[in-house]
Amino acid sequence: MRMDLIQPFIGSLDTVLADMMRSPAKIAELTMEEEGYRRRGVAAIVQFKGQIEGRIILDMEPRAAAQVAGYLMGGDIDPAEPIVPETVCELANMVIGNAVTQLNDRGFEFKVLPPAVLTEEQCAGTGQDSEATILRFETAAGNVHLNIGMRYHARRSREKSPVGV
Amino acid sequence: MKQFEALTRKDSQPVRYLIVDDSVFARKSLAKMIESFGGELTGEAGDGCTAITEYARTKPDIVLMDITMPQMEGIEAVERIVQEHPEARVIMVSSVGYQDNILAALQKGARHFVQKPVKPDALYEIVRYVLNDDGVTAPVCAGEEESR
Repeated sequence: MRMDLIQPFIGSLDTVLADMMRSPAKIAELTMEEEGYRRRGVAAIVQFKGQIEGRIILDMEPRAAAQVAGYLMGGDIDPAEPIVPETVCELANMVIGNAVTQLNDRGFEFKVLPPAVLTEEQCAGTGQDSEATILRFETAAGNVHLNIGMRYHARRSREKSPVGV
Repeated sequence: MKQFEALTRKDSQPVRYLIVDDSVFARKSLAKMIESFGGELTGEAGDGCTAITEYARTKPDIVLMDITMPQMEGIEAVERIVQEHPEARVIMVSSVGYQDNILAALQKGARHFVQKPVKPDALYEIVRYVLNDDGVTAPVCAGEEESR
């Protein structure tokens, strides 16, 4: 997997977490997986299509997700409240949106689909088509995992893009 | 959340907002910001089709519109709203902030763009700018605001 394509997602999550959790997050672990994703906490998936196709999964410990929700909603939020998965979906949307903005500026074209809460059934299908990079971020409120699975279409890029990437 | 100098219309009524976003979380978060601006939420929509109906029903002063949504995306919804209501003031609020998207939205009639995660201060300034530009509110200088 090309690290230059993954880097914008890592940078974007780092920025979004620092902004939303009001504390720094640090990368504690990086692994590669080909099997289906095993959900750790509250997870959301966002897919993208175009010259780069794939998806990201943002997986947060419920306590960490509840902290972000509480910060933005102004109050304490119980991790079991329905707004918590919604929060993770919106954070995933922000992460991917900021990353594709950077990649688009470099000449890649793609479309982002709306985020969805990741179900057990979807988890089983996440490893079927590509290797995924999984990053574990440590935050004061718990772990946050970012799973990035993508394929770069070199032929499609040459056909459509004048940019030499 | 920080409280801002209330933005009011020339008739001293609160500025009225419509929020369009498929994320309940994003809608609630924006609603909180609107409250801190002293505004009134007239309606919410989770997709572009509902946004068109809600705009016609509530005639808000400002629409905060996401781009990536199911059924009908934000850029098409802006086009349809502005075609029917040329006076509509739509501010795009999206995590996807690349130039093509921004340009497309502005060409279809959006007034401004703000990228998620939304900073309340930035949104407040943009809303104030758009309203002042149309003469909906009496201009408030930044210096005036700080001295209050």
